Amino acid sequence: MPSSSKPSAPPPFESWGRYPSYAATILPMHWQQDFAVTAAGLHDSALAVGMGRSYGDSCLLENGNLLVTTAMNRMLHFDPETGILTAEAGMTLAQILDFAVPRGFFLPVTPGTKYVTLGGAIANDIHGKNHHVAGTFGNHVLQFELIRSDGSSRLCSPTENPDWFAATIGGLGLTGFITWVQLRLKPIVSRKIDYEGIQFHGIDEFLELTKKYQHVEYTVSWVDCASRGKNFARGIFMLGEHSEVPDALTQSPEPKLIFPFDAPGFALNHATVSAFNTLYFHKQMKPHVKTVQDYEPFFYPLDIMLKWNRLYGKRGLLQFQYAIPWESAREGTIAILRAIADSGLASFLAVLKAFGDVPSPGLLSFPQPGITLALDFPIKEGITFPLFERLADMTRDFGGRLYPAKDAAMTASQFQTFYPQWERLARFRDPLLTSSFWERCTGDRPSL
Amino acid sequence: MTTSAKKILVLGATSGIAEATCRIWAAEGASLFLVARNQTKLEAVAADLKTRGAAYIDIAVADLDDTEQHPALLAHAINSLTGMDIAYLAHGILGDQTEAEREFATAEQILHTNFIAPVSMLTWLANYCVQRKAGTLAVISSVAGDRGRKSNYVYGSSKAGLSAFLGGLRNRVDREGVTVLTIKPGPTKTAMTAAMPGQSKMADVNSVAKTIAKAITAGKDTLYVPFQWQPIMFIIRNIPESIFKKLNL
Repeated sequence: MPSSSKPSAPPPFESWGRYPSYAATILPMHWQQDFAVTAAGLHDSALAVGMGRSYGDSCLLENGNLLVTTAMNRMLHFDPETGILTAEAGMTLAQILDFAVPRGFFLPVTPGTKYVTLGGAIANDIHGKNHHVAGTFGNHVLQFELIRSDGSSRLCSPTENPDWFAATIGGLGLTGFITWVQLRLKPIVSRKIDYEGIQFHGIDEFLELTKKYQHVEYTVSWVDCASRGKNFARGIFMLGEHSEVPDALTQSPEPKLIFPFDAPGFALNHATVSAFNTLYFHKQMKPHVKTVQDYEPFFYPLDIMLKWNRLYGKRGLLQFQYAIPWESAREGTIAILRAIADSGLASFLAVLKAFGDVPSPGLLSFPQPGITLALDFPIKEGITFPLFERLADMTRDFGGRLYPAKDAAMTASQFQTFYPQWERLARFRDPLLTSSFWERCTGDRPSL
Repeated sequence: MTTSAKKILVLGATSGIAEATCRIWAAEGASLFLVARNQTKLEAVAADLKTRGAAYIDIAVADLDDTEQHPALLAHAINSLTGMDIAYLAHGILGDQTEAEREFATAEQILHTNFIAPVSMLTWLANYCVQRKAGTLAVISSVAGDRGRKSNYVYGSSKAGLSAFLGGLRNRVDREGVTVLTIKPGPTKTAMTAAMPGQSKMADVNSVAKTIAKAITAGKDTLYVPFQWQPIMFIIRNIPESIFKKLNL
């Protein structure tokens, strides 16, 4: 029943990693014009946030205003001839798929979850299993509108305001408020993916497979980060292409499973993770399998279970994702995987992939040609953070960098070494907008 | 009966519940005539519904508080749609209860927008439908109209009046082949309720919309949505006044 009582103190807002979690005032944005109106009345800094699927604090703002965009999810135009879609920035990739798949179109680039917004996809210049051929999400954005807190508006594209376009793609939501986005979808004739899974033992076999299958559209590997000795860096190289056999283009069903409670801290330990990894490696009975599967389990295996981050309990998880350039990619990956295996702290959600050489359009985009590894660590007092810092230093020493969207722990000095261009982004930052990540890693504070 | 080729007039089309319902109809290929006060918002909603598959979209910017405009607006809509199968009345304001306790003008505004204006519109709509011996009038009232509570009794009484009017209207036009649906949503997560506490407990607007679209297709009389509000309001209506007046509701 509607009533008009006063709003209570702001509740803490969690990102996907559930660490850290900060109190913030939630202000839902329902219309494209809401930002300018809201911004004019704010006295504290603000940050636009979509689904909050970033893992660390890049989508948080301690004691600030979080402008939640998910109600801004209107389709503005779609051309079925070209696949060009214009939509408000709060629309999720899941909503785009529900609309586009029955019309014979698919996302040009998709991350491992479809529960992210267009605005978030741009702010973090996300990547997917086709990075080696398609580049990042930003490579497929034709234009968008950016509103500043002073009310000014810019149309941004590779040719119009190209400096603002580049600063906003991968710009961590700091350059202004994105109201709508135009991108090009790609045609498909089936929901199905022609899938192959190939077991590998060690990084050299992984690199051979990467080279051999470099022209296949989607490639990604699961890697066992817990095993040492003869099973060190074993994994499954997975590849897929959209099936070219026409088939029913139906909408995906709604997910029904939801992780029901916060798992206790001891649920993830070396024994359970090792057991899982052994089972997962041998789940594929033969060294090489070929099959046809739906795109949902291929792209979004974890989306089937809503709130799966509860598996890590209340303390949450720390993501670690690096990109190390080819010069030292092999050596760096082996050294870091060894350090992780020796720590005994690894989780089973570890992903290894080669990035391609399509240049990212963003000033602060994370991907670069070389190898990327992503995995989760459960947060254990006195163990996880020191390990993380050591791994981040190793990444730096191998000439690599970490991914801000996944980060809750890199130091300011590490960040500034990874992204020396951060000072250029700082010049494009809207004076109203900042994030806990940005303040932690740059010390650059709003001048309100 | 599906709504696929239906011609639908939507009043208050930029309201959260109305917009979510229209998305369902648009995907089914319905023709829609949308009315709201704010042109920019209305155009964004219209673009979305057109993209999602509406066979036909027309819009009119109007302040529905101005009841004198109603007959002309209705004629324009029916002309544009070349007929009308469903009228969906979704315009309304929450208002400020505390302010309304101090200032009669605020209370009067709430009653005018939520009760007087729909009564005017429904008068003309009912006559049109009765003449054609067909049509559905689906109107958003509220669970708050089931019993006055100190926290929002001005809003509640405007909706109570509307619910009573709809009950009487249904009793009159049912025999003429016209359906009247009284929709009573519980708190739903939309722009109207964005400043209220308890956001996480509010109903999802898309599932509320789905239930409403189904009830319209099924030709129902009244709808509590989500459904658990029916037994809850049954209990609330039956608490003796001697006890109710002491409660903090």
